[in-house]
Amino acid sequence: MTKGQAISLQKNDGGSLTAVRMGLGWQAAPRRGLFGSRTREIDLDASAVLFADKQPVDVVFFRHLVSDDGSVRHTGDNLVGGVGQGGDDEAILVDLSRVPVHIDQIIFTVNSFTGQTFQEVQNAFCRLVDETNGQELARYTLAGGGAYTAQIMAKVHRVGAGWNMTALGAPANGRTFQDLMPAILPAL
Amino acid sequence: MTAELVRGQNHPLSQARLEIRVSAGAPIVAGATLSDESGKIQGVEWVAHPGTPILPGLEVSRQAAADHRLAVDLDAVAAGVHRVSILLALPTGVGRPVGFGSLAAPFVAVTGLDGTEVASYTITGLDTESAVVALELYRRQGGWKVRAIGQGYAGGLAQLLTDQGLPQAHQLAAGIDEAVAQGLARAVPAPPPRTADGDRSRQAAASALGPEQSGSPYGGQGPQGTGSPYAGAQGHGAQTPQGPSDPGAGYPAGPAPTDPPTTTPAAAPPPTTGGPIDYSHPRRQNTPPPPPPTAPPAQPGQPAQPVAGDATGWSMEERLYNQVWGMFEDLARTTAAYRSAVDFADTRMEKELDDVLSDPRSRIGGQGDAARERARAKHTQLVDQARQVLDRDLAQLAAEADVVEPALPPAYARWDNPVWHAYHVPTEMPMALRLGDLHLPESDRLRIPMLVRLPLERGLWIDSGRSGSSDGSFADSHDLRRLAMESAVAHLARLLAVHPAGEFTVHVIDPAGSGAQALAPLVQTGVLAGPPAAGAAGVADVLGRLTQRVDLVQMAVRGGAADSLPPGFDTSQQLLVVNDFPHGFDDRAVTQLRYLADEGPAVGVHLMMVADREDAAGYGPLLDPLWRGLMRLTPVPDDHLADPWVGHAWTYEPALVPPASQVLQHVLTQVATDRRTGPR
Repeated sequence: MTKGQAISLQKNDGGSLTAVRMGLGWQAAPRRGLFGSRTREIDLDASAVLFADKQPVDVVFFRHLVSDDGSVRHTGDNLVGGVGQGGDDEAILVDLSRVPVHIDQIIFTVNSFTGQTFQEVQNAFCRLVDETNGQELARYTLAGGGAYTAQIMAKVHRVGAGWNMTALGAPANGRTFQDLMPAILPAL
Repeated sequence: MTAELVRGQNHPLSQARLEIRVSAGAPIVAGATLSDESGKIQGVEWVAHPGTPILPGLEVSRQAAADHRLAVDLDAVAAGVHRVSILLALPTGVGRPVGFGSLAAPFVAVTGLDGTEVASYTITGLDTESAVVALELYRRQGGWKVRAIGQGYAGGLAQLLTDQGLPQAHQLAAGIDEAVAQGLARAVPAPPPRTADGDRSRQAAASALGPEQSGSPYGGQGPQGTGSPYAGAQGHGAQTPQGPSDPGAGYPAGPAPTDPPTTTPAAAPPPTTGGPIDYSHPRRQNTPPPPPPTAPPAQPGQPAQPVAGDATGWSMEERLYNQVWGMFEDLARTTAAYRSAVDFADTRMEKELDDVLSDPRSRIGGQGDAARERARAKHTQLVDQARQVLDRDLAQLAAEADVVEPALPPAYARWDNPVWHAYHVPTEMPMALRLGDLHLPESDRLRIPMLVRLPLERGLWIDSGRSGSSDGSFADSHDLRRLAMESAVAHLARLLAVHPAGEFTVHVIDPAGSGAQALAPLVQTGVLAGPPAAGAAGVADVLGRLTQRVDLVQMAVRGGAADSLPPGFDTSQQLLVVNDFPHGFDDRAVTQLRYLADEGPAVGVHLMMVADREDAAGYGPLLDPLWRGLMRLTPVPDDHLADPWVGHAWTYEPALVPPASQVLQHVLTQVATDRRTGPR
């Protein structure tokens, strides 16, 4: 997917997508030290913000792992990234059929809690997966992504009775999702 | 554009309706004070705090949390108010931080309603201060400005309020601590940790995914839908033991942080491991789990037919326990979704109606009316939609409750459940006990059993006071006291009935004999350890014996010499029921009671107070920790319990014996017979 590209989450067979997962995976960049043991740990965090008519209603992030309504669930904070196996180190699951009726957009963000920019992270990626069949809908490579500490990844929004997903990929800076609010608002 | 303020810096505010967001690494209290031109708080009604969260133009959280959102409407603030100070304070109590220095620097931000930050301020350089004025919003030339203050007070809230000229600063500070502590204490204990299969949204997910996914209860849902988050979390090792939704760091709507982490469903060893008192149930762990009942595959588009015991667990009992907790969480969350939608619809309509009013064009012809009509129609449409979803979920939960209720074992069942008629004394203690029902106003018909784990983690306080009775129809305090004792007896009978013979001993202190009538069924059947103790001498005697027992067991356990307890030592759990406290208590007895409340639970000695807190007001704050440590239950329906996920106020109703029912007599007779003759 490329920036700004929208895809409908309607399936080819006419059924619509009911569950999506945003997965985030990364490795810390090796850093030169006398013994190579001074790899600095990098903590990336995935968050999802639920909006109703451009007003934030709920947020799912490492301090609030399940949205109050239960439709969006974070699998838990990972502080150091993976060992490079390529799996998701953090994931956010959205049960689209249970999202409250007034929520019309869900924005996914990634930010670097420890402050390193994406240049210092290795093999970092962020992807959106159709949870029902494991099919990858979108994938970004964050590594070498420039001197940013955050990215507004994508939004999933209501269109008629179904949902669409739009890739945003907008760079931003901030430690947690709160810092990203000004960057998120134009994307709504 | 965000202004990052430094201490002392100010910034103009262009909007009147604002939100103030606070985040700290640990639960803190957030409040606000109003002051006049000379910077003085004119009275306690000028302070917004968890006990009085709403003032004109101002709303603060009702409990301590790591994150707060305070709502401010500067237009609605009284004209005499020239300054609004936002304050933060640490909750008091054992094990809580004593100064902000031990926490991450608190961050406060003033934002518009759309979330755009206007100004933010990180309060650095705090050390032993336990209260701090973070920001002040003040009038300047017809408008408002915000200034970063960061003034800390080592003397806490009392000093802070004194500094702002409030004469009753100390009383109010104590009142705030009290309200916070109540907020922390009123939460229902956290749920058991869920396993990968324990996810309750699977029925909905299954119906959406189609029948093929709902076949296997153990693995089928794992990688699918919402069933997997916990499995994934365990893989990362990042999950806290407190349950899936509580990351420990706290969150405004989250569970009270004082909740002890619940043990895993496979009963964990008690603190007295190695001693003679072993409350665990080895059999429970050793029995291979029989296959759980599963919901038959759902028809596409239809919710699965509910089945009792459709949850994980090593036994039917544990599965039902998990299922009930699952229903509790589902109801909390679906109601949260509904309330959030209605709130949003209300706010939107209000804003649209305001816009119509301020639009000059609307004064011409019927344009204004039409616009108002449209705003109302949009409101109705959204609320209807939300209600439909809620009704759908409620119907599913009600269907589940209909199959679960009849399947419950006695410990989980209502007194009117036929299972009580077939009652016989159990051979092992159940996992949990039903103390009553919980419901929400949106779903009056749907009752969730309130199950608490056994052995009790906290003592119980049956509140015979008038405060907080939700319908106000029990104005007569005499009536309330009678009802409190009756519900206490219902709880006692249940506790006695679900414990195997000889594993649970009940002592009663009824100094003035006022509970005699209610206690009659217990006394007549002879299930108590002895006749209710009366008078000051009786109080002293019972307390003395139990205190000695706690000392003895504690010494033995701490010294690692658990074997050295006297032969024939009664290892059963003890429950001390105190009616009419503090009648008949002298200072020494009060001290002993507090000691039992603090030290007893670890060695199997628990308290049940049947009391009106007002009666003991003479002791002042001395007894606050006692009340706070107990789980408060009411004899009449009252909405004082919070769920651990969203923090709704649930209406609690005690589990009472139906009028004219003989079930209590029947059960107690069985218990008494069994005690005399030994287990059959």
